[in-house]
Amino acid sequence: MNSALLTVDNLGKSFRGLRAVNQVGFEVPRGDIVALIGPNGAGKTTTFNLIAGALPPSDGRVILDGHDITGLGQAAICRAGIGRTFQIVKPFAGLSVEENVMVGALRHDNGDVDKARKAANDILHLLELGDKATHPAQTLTLPDRKRLEVARALATRPKLLLLDEVMAGLRPVECDRMVAILTGLNKETGLTILLIEHVMRAVMALSDHVVVLHHGEKIAEGTPAQVTSHPKVLECYLGEDHE
Amino acid sequence: MSLLHDRRAQLLLGLLALMALVPLAAGDYLLSILITVLIQAYLGMSWNVMMGFAGQFSLGHALYVGLGAYAGGALFVHYGTPPWIGAIAGMAVSVLAGTVIGTLGFRFKVMGVYFALLTIAFAEFTRVLFDHWGWVGASSGLFLPPAANASADNLWLLRGSATMFYYVALGMTVAAFWFSRALLMRRIGYYWQAIREDQDAADALGIDVFRTKMIAVLISAAMTSLGGVFLAFFNNNLYPESIFSMHRSIELILGTIIGGIGTLFGPILGAVVLTALGEGLTILGAHIGIDGVKQIAYGICLMLILILKPGGLWPWLRSRLGLAGGTR
Repeated sequence: MNSALLTVDNLGKSFRGLRAVNQVGFEVPRGDIVALIGPNGAGKTTTFNLIAGALPPSDGRVILDGHDITGLGQAAICRAGIGRTFQIVKPFAGLSVEENVMVGALRHDNGDVDKARKAANDILHLLELGDKATHPAQTLTLPDRKRLEVARALATRPKLLLLDEVMAGLRPVECDRMVAILTGLNKETGLTILLIEHVMRAVMALSDHVVVLHHGEKIAEGTPAQVTSHPKVLECYLGEDHE
Repeated sequence: MSLLHDRRAQLLLGLLALMALVPLAAGDYLLSILITVLIQAYLGMSWNVMMGFAGQFSLGHALYVGLGAYAGGALFVHYGTPPWIGAIAGMAVSVLAGTVIGTLGFRFKVMGVYFALLTIAFAEFTRVLFDHWGWVGASSGLFLPPAANASADNLWLLRGSATMFYYVALGMTVAAFWFSRALLMRRIGYYWQAIREDQDAADALGIDVFRTKMIAVLISAAMTSLGGVFLAFFNNNLYPESIFSMHRSIELILGTIIGGIGTLFGPILGAVVLTALGEGLTILGAHIGIDGVKQIAYGICLMLILILKPGGLWPWLRSRLGLAGGTR
């Protein structure tokens, strides 16, 4: 019996002839923060989409908390306990910031709108968006939109939060704030997080464990320190002839 | 927030009181125009549930108008069934039609304009079907017998004076407004708007997109068909080529587009503006005495409104009146 919240087993995805993800397997232990890194085109977002149900896997299995969720749709997987953000943010542009988050929260408390509004505001305060609650989402800047993505996913009360490049486009100070917020969430609520990230500063600060993908395959995993000195990782990031 | 809401409520109640008193002063001509405005507003609000709230574009809403009108009308003509009972049959048939269209469209991911084409197709072949269906009078039409005693208002059978029809239309419009508002403030309203803004993101938040969109179609279809029953009993005649026409589908949505898609008051404001514009230009055209001036001027006015206020007149007017309405 293992304590992993998420088990990805031998996961694969082919787009016609192209093998985007091949035999990827890793575990996300309960309460941990795990990062998925790799060069552009490594298959990170595809892996995310397979886990979150945005795409059906060609083969392999995804197990959440002992339940096989392979091939379920996005909505069912969200209800099973996985909240996700989108790399290309997808705010409900015409709704207010608060209403965006309420949509996520309304699954709970039998759809009680007042409770959802309260829950939304609590989450917005946590993500430092509280003073923009009534603004239309379309007026937000990109960093705020990224925060809104996280807030909305959190409102569904996930067991596992999937974050797809939420640091991209943030200034170092903003990035550090996001790291602090996520670390806080993880420590206080025990929220398990799986994130895709290019910003190594954030990866190093956040992750307990790092999985490295390259050309759709897992080439290394371990602690941040282990993977950054792993020869295969250095090779794929820097080329073969590095000194 | 509550103060602004109060001001809004005060304005609405004032308007409602005024509307309730109109028949005391108005003649039959004005009354018939106001009935047109009210029913246009009612049908616009019905369509707005599906398009404005849930973002599903129907260009064939004449289908539900026609099904309601024929169910109410034919049952009355053949069996003397009261319209309110006939309306239940009309709504049931419309819900069934909506289920078929929604299932086809949403299961097979027919979206946007393609979904609109699907809705047109259903309205069109239903029109052809009714054109050849003898029991409902086929293409020569169905006529409702006038009341034996024209001066006695019979609300149960919807036979009576313009004043009675006016109050029925006013009641339906107020009820539709209240119902739309209630829907929008509940979970389903938030889910609809989420789907309208970004279906993929809504899906990722655990919303059952198919079911949620389907509910919008069915509510909209049922509401629209009740409007159809009213039209049948108000006009006393039904022809497939007019009740199911593409023209009606467009006329039905125009007021809401002008007033503001997805807003609560937009369909009402749009109906007022369109009717006032139409009647005003008819009078003007008669004075000028050139054929077609009315149509051209009408078209130009609509284009101007849409160019200047693409979101509709109500969002603009609302902010001018100092009524904060958030996003709707």
